[in-house]
Amino acid sequence: MTIFRNVVFVAALAGLVAGLAMSAMQFFATTPLIVAAEEFEGMEVAPAPAAAPSVQDHDHGHAHASDDAHAHEDDHGHSHSGWVPEDGFERESLTVLANVVTAVGFGLMLVVAAELAGGIQSWRQGIYWGFAGFAVFTLAPGLGLPPELPGMPAADLLPRQIWWVATVAATAGGLALIAFGRNAVLAILGVALIVAPHVVGAPQPVSHESSVPVELHSQFVTAATLTSLVFWVVLGAMVGVLRGRFADPVAGAEQGSLA
Amino acid sequence: MNTASRTLSASASSQSRILQLAFAGMLGIFIVGFSGFAHIDAVHNAAHDYRHSMGFPCH
Repeated sequence: MTIFRNVVFVAALAGLVAGLAMSAMQFFATTPLIVAAEEFEGMEVAPAPAAAPSVQDHDHGHAHASDDAHAHEDDHGHSHSGWVPEDGFERESLTVLANVVTAVGFGLMLVVAAELAGGIQSWRQGIYWGFAGFAVFTLAPGLGLPPELPGMPAADLLPRQIWWVATVAATAGGLALIAFGRNAVLAILGVALIVAPHVVGAPQPVSHESSVPVELHSQFVTAATLTSLVFWVVLGAMVGVLRGRFADPVAGAEQGSLA
Repeated sequence: MNTASRTLSASASSQSRILQLAFAGMLGIFIVGFSGFAHIDAVHNAAHDYRHSMGFPCH
């Protein structure tokens, strides 16, 4: 089980570093926005005034929501049922834990995919693999389902999760066909595979009307996307650095291989 | 004879390599799936801020 052991070792160490880096970035960039949005969570969306501007007006929902919505708070939003961590240390440390654990999971997938293609040979090559991970797990699903803040309307959870997973799988397969396909036809098929989920379209809510200010959400989309980009770059680069220490120089001769 | 047995062992080891890689990959998918997608309330609430920040479908 040497390959398995080495893959897990590299993924665990790279995931630990990338997960901690992600936690630090989230602490400053995304979590404050989530907490800010929770102020609006559970508020009734203010009804549009009689002389409502057209739906095209991008200002809608924002100006009046923050003033009027205070008047009629109710339990319109979803509730966090069951056990909820205490705000502060408990909540922060669970976020760090989730970051590290999931980073190890992403690391495993990244290392395995890269090993099938010969393995990541350097930190720079690792960054390219990180870009691929970012495209697959952040960019592609984010086009149809942008990162959401609490309190924003969304379609049912399960169809969104299914679309998310299908989009990730199609994008990963498409990129693999483009990068490693033997001929141009496969590359074209790869592009089609990447485009397909967006032609089908992500499950959308009936209305995007929300009491969460538009500015807050757009800030959050930028913050979540960029922190993910840095996360993937760190994860890929760390795999590139660490793999060199685990690769068996005998077995892999020129390339170096994990067993 | 010698060549044949070498080939066999080489293919067996590459099969074991693929198997181990597949196993590691499945483990990764399981970890991400559980922390990002489990419908268990406690898991959702614990990983709540993380799920939002990573753009996982939430709520």
